[in-house]
Amino acid sequence: MSSIKTFITDFGWPRIIIALFLLSLFVAAPIVGVDLGASIGDVLNRFGQNAIMVLALVPMVQSGCGLNFGLPIGILAGLLGSTITMQLGLTGLTGLLVAILITIVFGVIFGYLYGKLLNNVKGEEMTIAMYVGFSAVMLFSILWLVLPFNKADLVMGYAGEGLRRSIALEDYWGKLLNNFGQFSIGGTPIPTGLLLFVGLCVFFVYVFMRTRTGTAMTAVGSNPDFARASGVSVERMRTVSTVVSTVLGGIGILAYQQSFGWVQVYDAPLFMAFPAVSALLIGGASVTKASMVNVVLGTFLFQGILTMTPSVINNVLKNELSEVIRIIVTNGMIIYALTRKTKVAK
Amino acid sequence: MRNVKSFVADNIVTLIFLTITIIAIPFSGLSGSYIISNLIDRFARSSFLVFALILPIMAGMGINFAMVLGATAGQIGLIFAVDHNIMGTEGLILATLVGIPLSVGLGWFSGQVLNRARGREMVTGFILGYFMDGIYQFFGLYIMGWLIPIRTAQVMQIDGGGVRNTLALESVRGGLDKIVSLKVGPFSIPVVTFAVIAVLCLFIIWFRRTKLGQDMRAIGQEQGISHAAGINVDRTRILAIVISTVLACIGQIIYLQNLGNMFTYTSQRQAGYYAAAAILVGGATVSKASIKNVFIGVFLVHALYITTPLAGKALFKSAMVGQYMSDFINYGIIASALVLHAWKNKRAADLARAGLRMSAEAQAAAGGVA
Amino acid sequence: MSTGTRLLSLHGISKEFYGNVVLEDISFDLDRGQIIGLVGENGAGKTTLMRILFGMPVIAETGGFNGTIELDGQPVAFKTPFDALDAGIGMVHQEFSLIPGFSTTENIALNRESLKPNFACDIFGKRMSVLDRVTMRERAVKAIHTLGVKLDPDMLVSEMPVGHKQFTEIAREIDRKNVKLLVLDEPTAVLTETEAEVLLSSMRALAAQGISIIFISHRLHEITKVADKIVVLRDGKIVKDVPVAGVSVQDIAAWMVGRDVKTKAAHLSVCKDSVYLNVEHLWVDMPGETVRDVSFQVMEGEIFGIGGLAGQGKLGIANGVMGLFPAGGQVTVGGQDVTLNNPHAALNSDIAFVSEDRRGVGLLLDESLEWNIAFTAMQAKRQHLIPVLGGLFSVRDEKSMKALALEYIESLEIRCTGPRQRAKELSGGNQQKICLAKAFALKPKLLFVSEPTRGIDVGAKAIVLETLRAYNRDYGMTIVMISSELEELRSICHRVAIVDEGKIAGILPPTADVAQFGLLMSGLGAGKNGDAA
Repeated sequence: MSSIKTFITDFGWPRIIIALFLLSLFVAAPIVGVDLGASIGDVLNRFGQNAIMVLALVPMVQSGCGLNFGLPIGILAGLLGSTITMQLGLTGLTGLLVAILITIVFGVIFGYLYGKLLNNVKGEEMTIAMYVGFSAVMLFSILWLVLPFNKADLVMGYAGEGLRRSIALEDYWGKLLNNFGQFSIGGTPIPTGLLLFVGLCVFFVYVFMRTRTGTAMTAVGSNPDFARASGVSVERMRTVSTVVSTVLGGIGILAYQQSFGWVQVYDAPLFMAFPAVSALLIGGASVTKASMVNVVLGTFLFQGILTMTPSVINNVLKNELSEVIRIIVTNGMIIYALTRKTKVAK
Repeated sequence: MRNVKSFVADNIVTLIFLTITIIAIPFSGLSGSYIISNLIDRFARSSFLVFALILPIMAGMGINFAMVLGATAGQIGLIFAVDHNIMGTEGLILATLVGIPLSVGLGWFSGQVLNRARGREMVTGFILGYFMDGIYQFFGLYIMGWLIPIRTAQVMQIDGGGVRNTLALESVRGGLDKIVSLKVGPFSIPVVTFAVIAVLCLFIIWFRRTKLGQDMRAIGQEQGISHAAGINVDRTRILAIVISTVLACIGQIIYLQNLGNMFTYTSQRQAGYYAAAAILVGGATVSKASIKNVFIGVFLVHALYITTPLAGKALFKSAMVGQYMSDFINYGIIASALVLHAWKNKRAADLARAGLRMSAEAQAAAGGVA
Repeated sequence: MSTGTRLLSLHGISKEFYGNVVLEDISFDLDRGQIIGLVGENGAGKTTLMRILFGMPVIAETGGFNGTIELDGQPVAFKTPFDALDAGIGMVHQEFSLIPGFSTTENIALNRESLKPNFACDIFGKRMSVLDRVTMRERAVKAIHTLGVKLDPDMLVSEMPVGHKQFTEIAREIDRKNVKLLVLDEPTAVLTETEAEVLLSSMRALAAQGISIIFISHRLHEITKVADKIVVLRDGKIVKDVPVAGVSVQDIAAWMVGRDVKTKAAHLSVCKDSVYLNVEHLWVDMPGETVRDVSFQVMEGEIFGIGGLAGQGKLGIANGVMGLFPAGGQVTVGGQDVTLNNPHAALNSDIAFVSEDRRGVGLLLDESLEWNIAFTAMQAKRQHLIPVLGGLFSVRDEKSMKALALEYIESLEIRCTGPRQRAKELSGGNQQKICLAKAFALKPKLLFVSEPTRGIDVGAKAIVLETLRAYNRDYGMTIVMISSELEELRSICHRVAIVDEGKIAGILPPTADVAQFGLLMSGLGAGKNGDAA
């Protein structure tokens, strides 16, 4: 009995409530006339779309940098990768691969600078990350208008001044991963390629955390003095974690874009960190510890709620209620994690 | 030379953005009198909100992003005033009477949450603001109209449920500003509003001299030592947030009565963003803020908002660039002020260690302790 | 100057922590206006006794205490420091508790400010009163005057020299309305000679006004200068309670450490003739354990002990060599220079360190034994790794880590449920064994081990010491052992150095007379940075 109690205390009531809530939505769905098969397909799709951005948060949590509210910086690297590739006119698999390559290059540069910044500040790092992210998005908004893009289907209006707000990926690599090896189970389409890609990224991070560097990174987050006494450079590990986080953020938005079908620039990335952070926390992570299980479980639960709530409640009540629930759940979860007494045994 | 260097170092944020403004003014093509009359207007309506940030900074809690909850309470008060058709100044007084008890409660709640998030007060306050948005939307769309009946048709959504997204405040507009309006040259000055702001300044000056103010200054510097001396740190922090939230409530009412129009579900969020930018560009940091910072900050940040979009449009031939430039500056002010402060913290900690080291070194070189 | 009336009486005070007896049958009296010098080694019980007197919560939380305390003839037992303060007992600790941005006046009056109530108080409470700064300043000036020092009442604490901060602290205590007894814990530690002199005269001035003082210090000459009577604690008991007249510092030093028990001759291994570790003019900036100028040599295969009182710098030496705190000077190991301020370099010079801060630096409490034991070897020596893709990167070899952990679990008799158990769940003694295992796993030639048996039970203590002796004997490992327990050092070391005021006061053979060690610890006795025997 006590082990169940410890499980509940560790896992936390909010997460249990959320899991039960989602379960009840799945149960209620067929009753109120919602197509369960389509819903599940939808949830899987959104899972694949968002999982990598949630995954991107893990290295920085493990290295003690906290929740990466500066995820937009990585997303911007991904936007650069995709827009430049599209400007070059590359399509299909080639396009996607080149986009990934360019994203990695920019991700490393941005991540390195971001890491240097975080290493030189003391106190309220998460707020700083958030506002640096906001400022970067706005700076890039000016860049999207000013950079010399000139391909017709990328730019606005006749004058060709600046990118469109939303650029269609249909003719490039839209749905490329989703459709790869796609099959249906009883009418529910499974986006195989996307899920495989997500699995690949999860596997990569899993292996990375088990390398010498990854092990050192975890120690740095667990007890920086211990790590330092063992000859590990705390600053270097933190910078490595921000670089990996930023690159994954970029790759995450690429996965999202090809599934969603649109590249969205300007202020679209502004608040993208919050749902990712919330999903990770719902999956059981804390401000100082996160695992692959947290990523997968959390993304599934979070996207499950986002998908099921409107469709189920739509058939019963007003539509806005789902929006209100989303706001309360997302932010409530983050507040819960931030106010939890970190049980650091000292 | 030393003094100039340290002056620049201490006030770098203010100086950078002052320079940007000075450059932007000619590009914007605006006349001096247009800018000044706009500034007077904006100062009158915005400064109260900025003052609300002073006490939590003094108490060591950083920028109180949760002041948004106070702004929400003020908006709820205004909804009631407009709904019950109480006009002009009486309407504003009603709004305040409804808003204040609500802000006390919300402030107390915020204080409790922030006390559990020591060291992360700012980010927690920020998210708390978003969280309350959800609760507020639930209240406005579902509680109002169902549990609490709406009397006036203009206040309701088209389909009848809840408060509508944009609320015209014609009935109470200018309820404070227009009580006494003084004309000085081409400018029109809302005297009573300024008087209210002056009273607030006096309140803050007086508050600093009280025991509670002294306690806040103590815990803002050293929580552990204050606690050991017998000061109730938790309670003092909560009081700082409560007062801040109440001031934000009143500040938002003043702000909206000037604008005359309220975006029911989003106006309160602006309160937090702009107030933080204002006080930081005025030279405050997350641990030190004074009345002077508020004055300088409000004027400077609004000068920026007035001039930079137009300057950007003129320079880049695009209104959108101008707008994004303005947004970038807004976020950039806060980001650079936060970064500089945190960077200075780290330098001070590193230097303090070097200081000890240098004296130990000097002693060793001299052959030992005197 | 005693005035005859009894102020404080302690009868039969005893205290134990989880079965460990820390104080036994402590009884002494203190008269009004009398100064008592309280002396004792680390662990003698001084701090615990003061905590009991001052009502610190940790005492009640660990089972309370036995015996009675009488203040002014009334029995008292304080539950919180505030009760003690109200009753007239003030305490000045070693760490300053001042608000840096406040002035002297504001700090003296902290949370006891003079107030001018107003109408707002009726609605919102007492804290809305405005501060009466004029009266506060008068109080400050008065307290400063009583002390007989020169302090600017309006200067900010952050701009004050250290000595002034100390005086401000004391001024705060005597500003209290009914202060009867003042406890000063090592007040001269941060003062210059001149400032210390001023403090001693202030103490006499306060005593003359009827305030009693308990003066804790290891600077025995100060004690003899200012105390009326001396109380010596050793191993939790009072060994001497005498008036100061006719007592010399040598007497006090001997009482402090004096043990009649003959130390059995340690079965020491033979150490080689060559110098393995050479330290020259080492300084280390470790807060609380500053090292100013330390030089010594350790022979190959030797077990070299470093002792001294707390805060004198012995803990700083190893921390400095291992790069954990800023340091300077010259350190040579096995003929090679060791780069300072670089933990990686130290580890690569075949040096390992078992830190005194077991839980803070020594362990990853949330991780398993396996991780803890193998981590340093993995990072510093690239062991317990599986190379992948021809060495492009490497993944941790959990099988090898487990085998390593099992090896040490057996050889050090670590009590645990298995190599996967999390470090925080083990007892103190077993945690210490993990720290040792982590160091041994590096197969070092030189081992620094700091406070190896602090806070662990007797059985574990014996195993730890025996293990160190075995590694020294069987593998020729050179060991530098830093400890507060003189007995321990004398039982296994070839030589013992004593650190005082950040320098080596002297080096003695373990068989030297115990009183000599006491003298070195008190800053007396022969030899700067040399052998004293």
